Amino acid sequence: MFKKLPVKSVVAAAALVVASGAQAEDATLAAVKSKGFLQCGVSAGLPGFSNPDSEGNWQGLDVDVCRAVAAAVLGDASKVKYTPLTAKERFTALQSGEIDILSRNTTWTLTRDSSLGLNFAGVNYYDGQGFMVSKSLGVSSAKELDGAAVCIQSGTTTELNLADYFREHGMTYTPVVFDTSDQTVKGFEAGRCDVLTSDQSQLYALRIKLAKPDSAMVLPEIISKEPLGPVVRQGDDQWFNIVKWSLFAMINAEELGISLENVDEMLKSTNPNVRRLLGLEGPKGKGLGLDDKWGYNIVKQVGNYGEAFDRNVGAGSPLGIARGVNALWKDGGFQYAPPIR
Amino acid sequence: MSVHEFKPDLPPPSSSLGVVGWLKTNLFNGPVNSIATLVLLYILVPPLWSAFQWIFLNADWVGDSREMCTSGGACWVFINDRFGQFIYGYYPVELRWRVDAFFISLAVIIGLLVYEKTPQRAKLGIFSLTIYPIIVFFLLNGGVLGMEPVETHRWGGLMLTLVIAIVGIVAALPFGIVLALGRRSEMPIIRSFCTIFIEFWRAVPLITVLFMASVMLPLFVSEEIEFNKLLRAMIGIILFQSAYMAEVIRGGLQAIPKGQYEAGEALGLSYWQSMGLIILPQALKITIPSIVNTFIALFKDTSLVLIIGLFDLLAVGQAALADPAWLGYSVEMYVFVAFVFWLFCFGMSRYSIYLEKKLHTGH
Repeated sequence: MFKKLPVKSVVAAAALVVASGAQAEDATLAAVKSKGFLQCGVSAGLPGFSNPDSEGNWQGLDVDVCRAVAAAVLGDASKVKYTPLTAKERFTALQSGEIDILSRNTTWTLTRDSSLGLNFAGVNYYDGQGFMVSKSLGVSSAKELDGAAVCIQSGTTTELNLADYFREHGMTYTPVVFDTSDQTVKGFEAGRCDVLTSDQSQLYALRIKLAKPDSAMVLPEIISKEPLGPVVRQGDDQWFNIVKWSLFAMINAEELGISLENVDEMLKSTNPNVRRLLGLEGPKGKGLGLDDKWGYNIVKQVGNYGEAFDRNVGAGSPLGIARGVNALWKDGGFQYAPPIR
Repeated sequence: MSVHEFKPDLPPPSSSLGVVGWLKTNLFNGPVNSIATLVLLYILVPPLWSAFQWIFLNADWVGDSREMCTSGGACWVFINDRFGQFIYGYYPVELRWRVDAFFISLAVIIGLLVYEKTPQRAKLGIFSLTIYPIIVFFLLNGGVLGMEPVETHRWGGLMLTLVIAIVGIVAALPFGIVLALGRRSEMPIIRSFCTIFIEFWRAVPLITVLFMASVMLPLFVSEEIEFNKLLRAMIGIILFQSAYMAEVIRGGLQAIPKGQYEAGEALGLSYWQSMGLIILPQALKITIPSIVNTFIALFKDTSLVLIIGLFDLLAVGQAALADPAWLGYSVEMYVFVAFVFWLFCFGMSRYSIYLEKKLHTGH
């Protein structure tokens, strides 16, 4: 959805100016601590990832990354100020220092990592292009879609990925192209096509927009790689580490079974891995320049990765996205965090 | 001598009275018109009726979740649930009285200014343009007199739309007048400056101005100077709209006969006296429709700030649509937002018609 970047070259040029300029190094942590809050760039509204709830509080999987970093650095997950950003603004906002961290479903690619003066601090959601079909079609795999009419949104990389996938598997299809995602859904609903393709995280949101969401299902195949994750400025390694390990702490907490409810009991645990994550022994917070309780604060206030996933996009939310590749490595997914020791 | 008494007038034939009469003169006065009326009715009635059904008859009005929307019509429950956000944006709930105070004081001041018999109307006008905006700023922003500060990034909804529109309208008019006078000035430097300014800002799309203000400006200033995003957007809108306003007013200035200028000079009035007493009152009067037209355009243009991440009325609606709990009610949101915009624009338009009638000195 946000793969096209017409201002890319402008931003890259601007990034060079900034990166070579007076960008203070190792300053973000001190700046965040002195102002007392974290300035976090998020999407202006993407279901399940960042959106304001009815009280106006930001919520979502991307928002939870910001809250985890705030909990680690400031000891309070609520000390975050959110800057809603459009896809075009996001990198300049980070480069100019307007925000401390960008957590806005941004795909990690070589170009972005190497030429924009940015660092990707991990992956909090493995997205990719998928397919949604009507259940009445009786299809259970994308490989059975030979000859299908496919609804797509024009002008996105989705179109190219689709063509590649069908050619690779020696299948044919008829494209039915629409301008916006809302039109695409309407087209699908009206039966103009058998299949709707888009990023998987979007498919679930689009499915809710159908009059009968239960009549459609998302196929398991993913045909492109869209790893989404938080981004920080290049040149501030300490801050980069903090954001990276805040995310790792959430994933490790899930693996170790530490959750919002049992985190206080877990303080009594004898498992050395648990004790190291909660800051009772081991490296604690020294290397990151944080309080020893940083890991405890993250789990206590935000929860582990699995909880954040469930609450925002997974089974506990209206979206109901399956864990799939976002499950822990030991459950067959990709989410794997280096150990805290 | 007998007094002749006229018989009372006979009532007009019943076919030219009331509803039937109106129908006959306006819709069915001849075979061609009758057929046209019937065809148009045939085309118009079904969609209007289904829209009416969707908006009123089959709509759901009360509830607190999407499960309440079962009738198949519009789901106003969604608008209801988010109504506070549409009005106040993300302003803290317990501090919303400050926004209410702004709305009420604004309504009172506009009411008093519109009502002609208000004593000291001129002074009130000056107050509302000078001291009142400062009071409103501190009221909304807080940070003084022990009021909790509310940063501008929490402002939103109708409140933000009104703030941007009013600041734009109030600032663009005087700037526009000055620019228009400058463009007609005989002093070459002033004239060319005003001409270049107007032509530059008029030739750039507003969306570009906002985008530059929001994205590029922070790159070129040092990190310490932190421009408020709202302030940046407002400056962009004011520069843009004052250029438009200047051209509207220049049209009015050119329409005033040369004799009026010469009369002013003949009376020995200074430039500013003749402008203020003779030329501008006439020029502004004849440009009222165009000025209001520009205001209405400005009011609607404020929703462009959503591309730089400010949450005006429309952007709040779009953000609400992203809530997983309320996915798929976009039509309701757009209908509601359109209705609110229509209310304000229609109000402005009626007031301008009233002003035109009042100021019409007639020839």
